[in-house]
Amino acid sequence: MKPVISLSPHVHSGDSVQKNMYGVCIALVPALVASLCFFGLGAAIVMLASVASCVCFEWAITRFILGRKQLTICDGSAVLTGMLLGFNLPSNLPLWIIVIGALVAIGVGKLTFGGLGQNPFNPALVGRVFLLISFPVQMTSWPLSGQMGYVDAETGATPLALMKLAIKEGDTSYLDQLPSSLDMLLGQTGGSLGEVSALCLLLGCCFMLWRKIITWHIPVSILATVFVLAGLFHLIDPTYANPVQVILSGGLVLGACFMATDYVTSPMTARGQLIYGVAIGVLTVLIRDFGSYPEGMSFAILIMNGFTPLINTYVKPKRFGEVKK
Amino acid sequence: MKTFHIGGVHPAENKLSAASPIRVAALPKQAVFSMFQHIGAPAVPVVKRGDEVKVGTLLGEAGKGLSVPVFSSVSGKVAKVEPVLDSSGTRRMAVVVDVAGDEWEESIDRTDKLVTFKDLGSITAEEVVSRIKAAGIVGMGGATFPTGVKLMPPPGTKAEAIIVNAVECEPYLTADHRLMLEKPEQILVGIQLIKHAVNCSKAYIGIEMNKPDAIKLLSDMLREKAAQYPGIEVVPLKVKYPQGGEKQLIDAVIGRQVPAPPALPINVGAIVQNVGTVYAIYEAVTKRKPLIERIITVTGKSVAQPTNFLARIGTPMQQLIDEAGGLPADTGKIIGGGPMMGRALMSLDVPVTKGSSGLLLMTEAESRRATPQPCIRCAKCVGACPMGLEPYLLAAQARNKDWEGCEKNDVTSCIECGSCAFTCPSSRPLLDNIRVAKQTVMGIIKARHMEAIKK
Repeated sequence: MKPVISLSPHVHSGDSVQKNMYGVCIALVPALVASLCFFGLGAAIVMLASVASCVCFEWAITRFILGRKQLTICDGSAVLTGMLLGFNLPSNLPLWIIVIGALVAIGVGKLTFGGLGQNPFNPALVGRVFLLISFPVQMTSWPLSGQMGYVDAETGATPLALMKLAIKEGDTSYLDQLPSSLDMLLGQTGGSLGEVSALCLLLGCCFMLWRKIITWHIPVSILATVFVLAGLFHLIDPTYANPVQVILSGGLVLGACFMATDYVTSPMTARGQLIYGVAIGVLTVLIRDFGSYPEGMSFAILIMNGFTPLINTYVKPKRFGEVKK
Repeated sequence: MKTFHIGGVHPAENKLSAASPIRVAALPKQAVFSMFQHIGAPAVPVVKRGDEVKVGTLLGEAGKGLSVPVFSSVSGKVAKVEPVLDSSGTRRMAVVVDVAGDEWEESIDRTDKLVTFKDLGSITAEEVVSRIKAAGIVGMGGATFPTGVKLMPPPGTKAEAIIVNAVECEPYLTADHRLMLEKPEQILVGIQLIKHAVNCSKAYIGIEMNKPDAIKLLSDMLREKAAQYPGIEVVPLKVKYPQGGEKQLIDAVIGRQVPAPPALPINVGAIVQNVGTVYAIYEAVTKRKPLIERIITVTGKSVAQPTNFLARIGTPMQQLIDEAGGLPADTGKIIGGGPMMGRALMSLDVPVTKGSSGLLLMTEAESRRATPQPCIRCAKCVGACPMGLEPYLLAAQARNKDWEGCEKNDVTSCIECGSCAFTCPSSRPLLDNIRVAKQTVMGIIKARHMEAIKK
């Protein structure tokens, strides 16, 4: 026998990229089930199309353009990007738009930078924002919850649009049309696939915390910041919606728990993650209340993705035995 | 529950030999005594081929500066004094003794009778330290730093707490655990001797919660004999690796953090001694017995009888494996020490040394490293690092040979515990990279100092 010679450590935790990626996918299952319950066939078609095209593009681009032999579609990251992109789309979005979104997410968002681990911006959000800017009408006509078909669904104003109107017109009566907080928590509201049930998303987030896939820093700092800032605005001027409804509406919970926590594009230290989370929270509220778009989450995350390298350079973990200067 | 405050991981414990009592290993036919069993200058051989030696005969005297002597653990005839392949994989000076009988030097008390601190009369602190030095004792947790030196705090420092390291946080190893169960009172006397040597009134024994029997045994004994062993306290610790790291243990037990090198534990008032070392101190001072044997765990999932051996220093590892049921057919890797910080050995043809805490045989399947995948920047290595470093960054800078960057990011603080590589989901060899950087940067710093001194 010729023994193996290698340096310590000689044991490994058994953790893997796949375990983490598919772990996030599993955490998304409750929200997926909720979206299927509320949007039926439409949700299924959109999600399948998004995941399938992301995986196909990942395979085709790495194989034929980058010329890599190693198969990367099994690492779970393309599936996850597909799921997250799908959660950011309305359930009646035409297939060809979904395919374009997937191409931009995987192609531009991820593989132009070298693939997994190299991309500065969250690929799913790159895809979503590209679609939002290119196809603003299709991307913002949300079927009402309970519209189970894929085409010709009845669309309606989302809570975010109502909140925006209330601020614009200075009229709190728009806020009265908002669904109750309980409905928003459970999912009785219009929006993208992943915007409907905050409860299911939070459930998934707890799963990720339990499995130690993510730490609490990013989701908690975002949600707390939004709550405090939106609460402040609401106290000063009641035409701003109350903070609970602000948190439960739109893609806030999805973004805070699943998009902002993306490993590759978020800071590496606990303190850095808190700074990042607070900034995302502030930016989201500012964009929602004063920007021209009703939703600010995806923009806020992408902006802070851009700041992540700077945060990593500036914010160092507290070294052992470090003496305060 | 007390523990250290930054990072840490939870490797599977696999303490297979925890219930196996200490077994005296058979005498070897030939024993090999390396002159390099400790940190510092090698010992210098004082015997020559053909000399008759007994158990306890001096084979090598301490070298210049930081060093300790080496004693024979067997009786017989010196076969050769020449470089021999040792566990580091290089040929280094050693004394080889052909064993005949088991004759001991007259000066050593071979009885099992407990000698208490009181029995020693009015022994001075200097005498305790000088007996420890004369016995060639080194840190037996694996670091092998000369113990006598540690017990002479530099001027301007004062020992405020003796911390006995009974954590044994390395998976598989159970030598310290068994020692506490089988020689508890000897350990307490050893602690008294250390307290006396450095004139310190307070001592703590840090034990992780995965050894509840040892915690109970020592706590009960301390309660019953409170008058006899004052100022000693058992501190149960939460199970977390690398709690047995000197700095982590001080942080866990007394909540003080030793600053970055060149600061030492004594700068925060702490002296840490491994529990095995404490026992060796007891034997050296009360029995005048030099460091000639130690407890070593021979273990592994395929090993027939994972065993804690009391083995003479110089015994070939092969013999211990034979006694533990033979080398398993599926052995892929042989590790001297534990799986987190131990060293892969090239062959079993190496002897037990003062620092050999364990011999771990890993199966072929366990020996394989997974293929590294791209870093996904999950930050788990940052969370795991007990020194508050950024392993992902240091590893990347090391690969780019950015030594300046590595220095700026405190690579020299790395304790090489392996928590980063253990935890990495992408199975990246983070510590391999960081080790290279640490050695290079330490070289650069040293060169800079020399340059400054010249000027």
